Amino acid sequence: MYIPVEGFMYPNEVELQWSVLIVLYPFITGLVAGAFILASLERVFRVEAVKPTYRLALLTALAFLLVAPLPLQLHLGHPERSFEMYLTPHRSSAMAMFGFVYLWYLMAVLLLEIWLDYRRDIVVKSQTSTGIMRFIYRVLTLGSNVISERSLRIDERLGYFITLIGIPSAFLLHGYVGFIFGSVKANPWWSSPLMPIVFIFSAMVSGIAAVMLLYMITTRLRGKEIDIRCLDKIAQYLMYTFVIDFSLEMLDLLQRIYEADESFRSLDFMVHTRLWTSQVIVQILLGTVTPIALLGLTQILKLTEKTRKRVYALAGCLTVMGIFAMRWNVVIGGQLFSKSFLGYTTYKMGFATREGLLTAIALMILPFGILWLLVKLLPPWPDASSISASGEFEQAEPVRSLV
Amino acid sequence: MEVTRRHLLLLLPAAAAAWKFVLAGTPEASPNYKLAEHWWEMLIDIPKCIGCGSCVRACAQENDVPEGYYRTWIERYHVADYQIERPEVESPDGGKQGFPPDESSGKNFFVPKLCNHCADSPCTQVCPVGATFISPDGVVLVDKSYCLGCRYCVQACPYGCRFINPKTHTAEKCTLCYHRITKGLTTACCEVCPTGARQLADLKNPKDPIHEFLRTHSVQVLKPHMATGAKVFYDGMDGSVR
Repeated sequence: MYIPVEGFMYPNEVELQWSVLIVLYPFITGLVAGAFILASLERVFRVEAVKPTYRLALLTALAFLLVAPLPLQLHLGHPERSFEMYLTPHRSSAMAMFGFVYLWYLMAVLLLEIWLDYRRDIVVKSQTSTGIMRFIYRVLTLGSNVISERSLRIDERLGYFITLIGIPSAFLLHGYVGFIFGSVKANPWWSSPLMPIVFIFSAMVSGIAAVMLLYMITTRLRGKEIDIRCLDKIAQYLMYTFVIDFSLEMLDLLQRIYEADESFRSLDFMVHTRLWTSQVIVQILLGTVTPIALLGLTQILKLTEKTRKRVYALAGCLTVMGIFAMRWNVVIGGQLFSKSFLGYTTYKMGFATREGLLTAIALMILPFGILWLLVKLLPPWPDASSISASGEFEQAEPVRSLV
Repeated sequence: MEVTRRHLLLLLPAAAAAWKFVLAGTPEASPNYKLAEHWWEMLIDIPKCIGCGSCVRACAQENDVPEGYYRTWIERYHVADYQIERPEVESPDGGKQGFPPDESSGKNFFVPKLCNHCADSPCTQVCPVGATFISPDGVVLVDKSYCLGCRYCVQACPYGCRFINPKTHTAEKCTLCYHRITKGLTTACCEVCPTGARQLADLKNPKDPIHEFLRTHSVQVLKPHMATGAKVFYDGMDGSVR
C-alpha cells in the first residue's frame, strides 16, 4: 500500500502503528469512567436530581467496559498471547499494569456495585420469573438470597463504600490510559504530565454526555416523560466539567506555544495542515466551543423545556463527537509526524479489514447491544424497582427472605 | 568437480547435522561465549561513510529483513550554510542502493543508523510482557516467541529503529547480529563496510581499540536529551543530525 509522505520520515516510521481501534480504546474507557463518575454523584454526593440516571449510568459503564479490551485484542499481532500480560507482567510497563487496573475496576468496583445495587431485584426475580430467566436470575444471586431489611442495609452501606473506592478507581482507570500515552518520552505530542489529567476530565465529559443522551433516548423510547430537573442538573455538570477540560487543554496548548521547543515547529505545521479539520474544526470549534456555548446559553437564557431538551441533545451529540475527535487527534496525530521533526506521513484507514472502518463501527455498536441485553435483564428505570438507589426500602411487595 | 560415491558418503553426515539446525531454526550454540565478559556497542565514523548502502544490503540478507523495513539504514544530510535546525534529509529505500549524486552547495554527509542498544532503553521499559530485554552483554533483543505485537515499543523508540515484521507480526530490530558476535565474528554491516565507518566494539575488552578512540575523539550519541544510555557512538557528527 502506497503511503504518501511529506518531507523526511525515518524509514520505519512511514507505516502507522496504532490504528482507529486504538482511538476507540481510550474513547470507550473514557465513557466508562465518565458514566461511573456521574453515577457516583447520586450515590456519594447525594445529588438527588440525577437519580433517574443512576442505574442506567452503571449499566452503560459495564457495557462499554466489557467491550474496552476488544479493540486491543483485535489490534495485537498475537492476541493469543495477551494473557501473558497477566501471567508474566513486565512491571515497568504502563501497558502491563493497565491490565490489572482494568481488572480491578471491572471486578472489584463495577460488577460488585451493580450486583449489590440490583441484588434485591435479582432475588425477587429469581423467585417470580419462570423458565430460563429464572435460572439466569438464580445464577445471578450467587447463592445470596437473603433480602431482609438488615441485609439490604448492609448492601447499601457496602455499595456506598464501593462507590467511594470506585471514584478514585474510575480516575485511575482513565488517568492511566492517559499515562500510557503521556509517558512516551519519544513522542512530544503525547509526552506531557497533563495528559492523564486531561484524559480524566475529557472522560467525565464524554461519559456524562453519553449517559444524558442515553437517558433522553431510552425515556422517549419507553414513552415516558423526561425528568427535566434531572436533565438540567446533568447538563449543568456537563458544562462545568467541560469548562475545566477545555481550560486544561488550552493550558497545555499555551505551554507548548510559549515554550516552542524543538518539536513545536513540526507539530504546529501538523495542526495547521493534516489535523486542521479533525482538531481545529471538529474537536475545538464544533466539539468543544459550540457545546459549551450551547450549555452556557441554557444557564443564561430562560428557555422553554422543549427548547432546552433540544439544546441538550445537540450539545450532547456534539460533545461525544468532540471527545472522539480528541482521542483521534491524540492517537493518530501522534503518529503523523516524524520523530526527526522533518516530515509527515498519512493515515490510510482500511475499510473491511481487521483494523478497518467496519470493525470500528461494529465495535462501537456492540456496547449498545450489550446495554440492551443488560437493560432487559436488569431494568434500570426508577419505576421498575421498588427499592430506591439511595437504599430507602419501600415495602411495595413482600420481602421473601429465604433465611 | 565430480561428486563420487565416496564424497557423498562423507558429505551426508555433515549435511544431516546442518539440516537439523535448519529445521530447528536455531543457530548453533556458542559454548565458549561468556555473556558477562562483554558489553557491546558500535562506533560510527561519519566522515568515513560514503553512503554505498553495502551495510543495508548485508543486513537485509543476513537477517532476512522484509522488503520496505530496515534494521539499519543510511540517511544523507544536506545542510545549507547556517540552517543547522533545518537540514534536508533523505533515505531512499533506506539507502540500500546508495544515493544519487548531489552537486548542491553546502554540507553533505551520510549518517548510518541502527538500534542504539540503549542501556536504559525505553522500548524495554514499555514492553508489557518483557519480550524485549537487554542481554547481560548489553544487546537489546526481542523474543519473538513471546512478543504480543502490541507495538508499544515501536512507539517508545525515539530513533525509529523498530518495526513489526509483517510475517511474524512481532517487533523486530537490529540484534547487533547476535548470532555472529557470540561466535567471535563481527556484525554483517561492519563486515562489509568498505571504509571501516562502522566498528563493533566491546567495552569490557581492555584491548579493544575503542578505548583509545574514545579517549582521543569527541564522540556523540543521537538525541542525548532522551537519556536512553545509547551505545552507538558517532564520531564527527554534525549538530543537525537527529
